[in-house]
Amino acid sequence: MKQGQSHDQERYSLMEKIQMVDFALVDLTLYLDTHPEDTQAVQQFNQLAVESRDLKTVYEQKYGPLRQYGGSFSGYPWNWADSPWPWQL
Amino acid sequence: MWFYEKKLQYPVKVTECNPRLAKYLIEQYGGADGELSAALRYLNQRYTIPDKVIGLLTDIGTEEFAHLEMIATMIYKLTKDATPEQMKEAGLGAHYANHDHALYYQNAAGSPWTATYIAAKGDPIADLYEDIAAEEKARATYQWIINMSDDPCLNDSLKFLREREVIHSQRFREAVEILKFEKDRKQFF
Amino acid sequence: MYTPVKCYHPYYGPYDPCPPCKTKCYQTPPNLYLGFQPMNLQQYPLQEALYKGTLWPCLYDPYPTPVPEGGKR
Repeated sequence: MKQGQSHDQERYSLMEKIQMVDFALVDLTLYLDTHPEDTQAVQQFNQLAVESRDLKTVYEQKYGPLRQYGGSFSGYPWNWADSPWPWQL
Repeated sequence: MWFYEKKLQYPVKVTECNPRLAKYLIEQYGGADGELSAALRYLNQRYTIPDKVIGLLTDIGTEEFAHLEMIATMIYKLTKDATPEQMKEAGLGAHYANHDHALYYQNAAGSPWTATYIAAKGDPIADLYEDIAAEEKARATYQWIINMSDDPCLNDSLKFLREREVIHSQRFREAVEILKFEKDRKQFF
Repeated sequence: MYTPVKCYHPYYGPYDPCPPCKTKCYQTPPNLYLGFQPMNLQQYPLQEALYKGTLWPCLYDPYPTPVPEGGKR
C-alpha cells in the first residue's frame, strides 16, 4: 500500500529543509540555555521559528500533518496516523 | 508533556541490509551510555537541580529521545526483511529466537537495559559531572562503532550523533560554570 | 594546546602475542579547550550546520581524525 508516494523526491528535499532549520533551532536552544542574554541569538531564534512554521505548513499541505495533538490541522478523513512514519521514509 | 513530530532529527540513510551492524548499534539503544539512558538520566535529574540549569537538562534530555529514534531507525533499516538465516549469520540468532525482528532495550552483548545505568546523586555538581562523563562515553562508543562499520551512509548519521555528544558535553560544562559563579554570572559576558 | 587527537607510544615486550601497535591515539575534542563559549562566534550556514552536527565551527570535531603514520585508535 501507499508505496510510490514516499518515493517522491520533492518530499525528501522539503523534509531536508525542515530538518536544517529545526536543527539550527535545537542547537541555538542549547546555546541560549547557557547564554540567555545573547540578543542576536534570541533574534535569530525567533526568525528561524517563523521559518520553521512556514516550511511545515507547506509540507503539511502536501504530505499530511507533522505535529501531534493539534500542533497541525488534520485533513479529512483523519490523516495524522497515515504512513509513512519517519523511520519508514 | 511531550509532543511527537513526524520527522527524524537527521535524514538517516542506510546503504544495505546488514544485521551485524544492527547488533553493535543496539549498544546505543539499550546500553549503559546509550540514548535511552541519556534521556532518562537528564530528565530525571531536573527535579533536584538549581532552576538555572533545568532548561538545559530538559532540552538535552528531549534531544536524546530524537537520537533514540534515529538509532531505532538505523536498526530497523539494517534488519528489515533480513532472513532468519541472515540474522543467524550476523550473530543475532539468539535475538531472533526471543524477539524475531523486534527491537529490544539491551546492549550489544544482550544484557537488558537497567535503571542502574543511571546515576542520580541529588548533588548538582556530582550530577553534572556524571552527565559530562556520560556524553564523553557515548562519544567514545560512537567512535568504536564507526571504526567497525563500513557503511558510509550509516557512518554519516553516526558522525552526526557523535558531534552532538561533543556539543552536549560543552553545554554541561557551561552549566557547571554557571553553578560555580551563580552570584556574579555577569563576569562571563 | 588544542589538537583534536593526541598520540603516545605504549610499552611492548618481546613476548606480546599480537603484533604491537606502536602508536596509540585518543581524541581530545574542542569542548575540552573552549571554556565558556564566548558570544557572537561564527556559525555555519544552516545547510551545512545540519551535516556538521553543529552550528558552531569552534565546536566541530570531525571523525575519524587523521592520525600520524602507523597510529592506531
